[in-house]
Amino acid sequence: MHKLTIPIPDEEIRALHVGDTVSLNGIIVTGRDAAHKFMIEHFIRNPVAPEDEALYEELKRLLNGGVIYHCGPVVRKNADGSWTFVAAGPTTSIREEIYQPEVIAHFNLKGVIGKGGMGPNTLKACQEQPAVYLHAIGGAATLIAQSVREVVAVHKLEFGIPEAMWVIRVEDFPVVVTMDSHGQSLHEAVEHESKARLEALLGV
Amino acid sequence: MQDLTDAFVELVRRAATQLPPDMEEAIRKAKEREEPGSAAEGALDTILKNIEMARERSTPICQDTGTPIFEIHYPLGWSTRALAEQIRKAVAIATERSYLRPNAVDSLTGENSGDNTGEDFPTMHFHEWEKDTLHVDLLLKGGGCENVSAQYKLPDARLKAGRDLEGVRRVVLDAVYRAQGKGCAPAVLGVAIGGDRGSSYIKAKQQLLRPLDDRNPTPQLAELEERLYEEANELGIGPMGFGGKTTVLGVKVGTQHRLPASYFVSIAYMCWANRRASMDVTAEGEVQYA
Repeated sequence: MHKLTIPIPDEEIRALHVGDTVSLNGIIVTGRDAAHKFMIEHFIRNPVAPEDEALYEELKRLLNGGVIYHCGPVVRKNADGSWTFVAAGPTTSIREEIYQPEVIAHFNLKGVIGKGGMGPNTLKACQEQPAVYLHAIGGAATLIAQSVREVVAVHKLEFGIPEAMWVIRVEDFPVVVTMDSHGQSLHEAVEHESKARLEALLGV
Repeated sequence: MQDLTDAFVELVRRAATQLPPDMEEAIRKAKEREEPGSAAEGALDTILKNIEMARERSTPICQDTGTPIFEIHYPLGWSTRALAEQIRKAVAIATERSYLRPNAVDSLTGENSGDNTGEDFPTMHFHEWEKDTLHVDLLLKGGGCENVSAQYKLPDARLKAGRDLEGVRRVVLDAVYRAQGKGCAPAVLGVAIGGDRGSSYIKAKQQLLRPLDDRNPTPQLAELEERLYEEANELGIGPMGFGGKTTVLGVKVGTQHRLPASYFVSIAYMCWANRRASMDVTAEGEVQYA
């Protein structure tokens, strides 16, 4: 078990390989479909508008050496106005494949947490940055929510609760490296092997 | 007619927070089959801990509480309009209590309604029946697994799938291969043969309400269900797509009459969190959950 603390140095990322289990600690940011589209359109491919400056600077600070989590949580608003994560498992990552490499490069991300794995473009970005793809256990939402010790802030709540960008402090968040910075992808390997088995079963 | 809003809230709570015992048992057995220390075993172990924790804390098993799909069997004389209103009110209350994530998004504006109600949301199918009791099944169908569900039109030349059960077998295995781990394997597959494109998917989802040990009364289909269960697991995709021995926990197949021109096969891929719950209301108004 590798214990990682955000911001994560490059040498710790390079030391990780497919199959390693990781316990993650520090401040991470959730972002899924709407957030990725927003970052690409408002921060990365176009000049940052004055009204978005503050958020942009905040994200640059949080994501430099940091981690983004593909997650749309169930949250509870407490009487004092603060938030609690009730259930917070990963969402399917492949939908962000068209955005992820640019987001990794632009913000110097060291990790992307999600489920189901990502494609060749993200794998390449992981090699170059370096960064890793960290697989959380899909559906283990109540268990993962226990790792979320504090909801620090929420941005873009107008996207709706699942799509908002939640800034959270996690302790001992359990994940598995399924794409590393050495060009290895467990997803690619399993797909390759299962294809051979399918062809054998179908006799094609 | 009595107001069942509170009973429906409880039904939603049970579905979202308590995995049916047959599902939990199947996951436990699957964990025993995986290699000790493997990523597959670790994933199933985490899943089992999560199931227990969600039940104890009464919090959602998965944050994607999905599309709530209600199948309602009601006696003669009941108002489906009143039942639909109570169900919509109940999902809004359940959302407020964090049993459900607000999941209903306007398809044009992207705006989240905030309470799981919206245009044709939640899904409700009403069936009048001959009994004097009310029976409601609820399935919470997550989005990740819905995205890997698939519909095939036979014949399918690429898969050499003709219009027979061998053709069905071929497309179902293809769907499991294509899904990889993205639908949160190990899965339960609801399969429908026949119907039109719309009715076929509804039928496929209804198969997910069957208990895992429910044996198909039609011998050829019972045989197909067992064979597909074995063969899908031979693909080696494993829990979460990490590789492993368990890719599916069950396969359930149903049929419908079809047009001579059409032969659809729909595969409703359901994640391991096959959240189904049911409720009965007796003629005397007593509510029971299962």
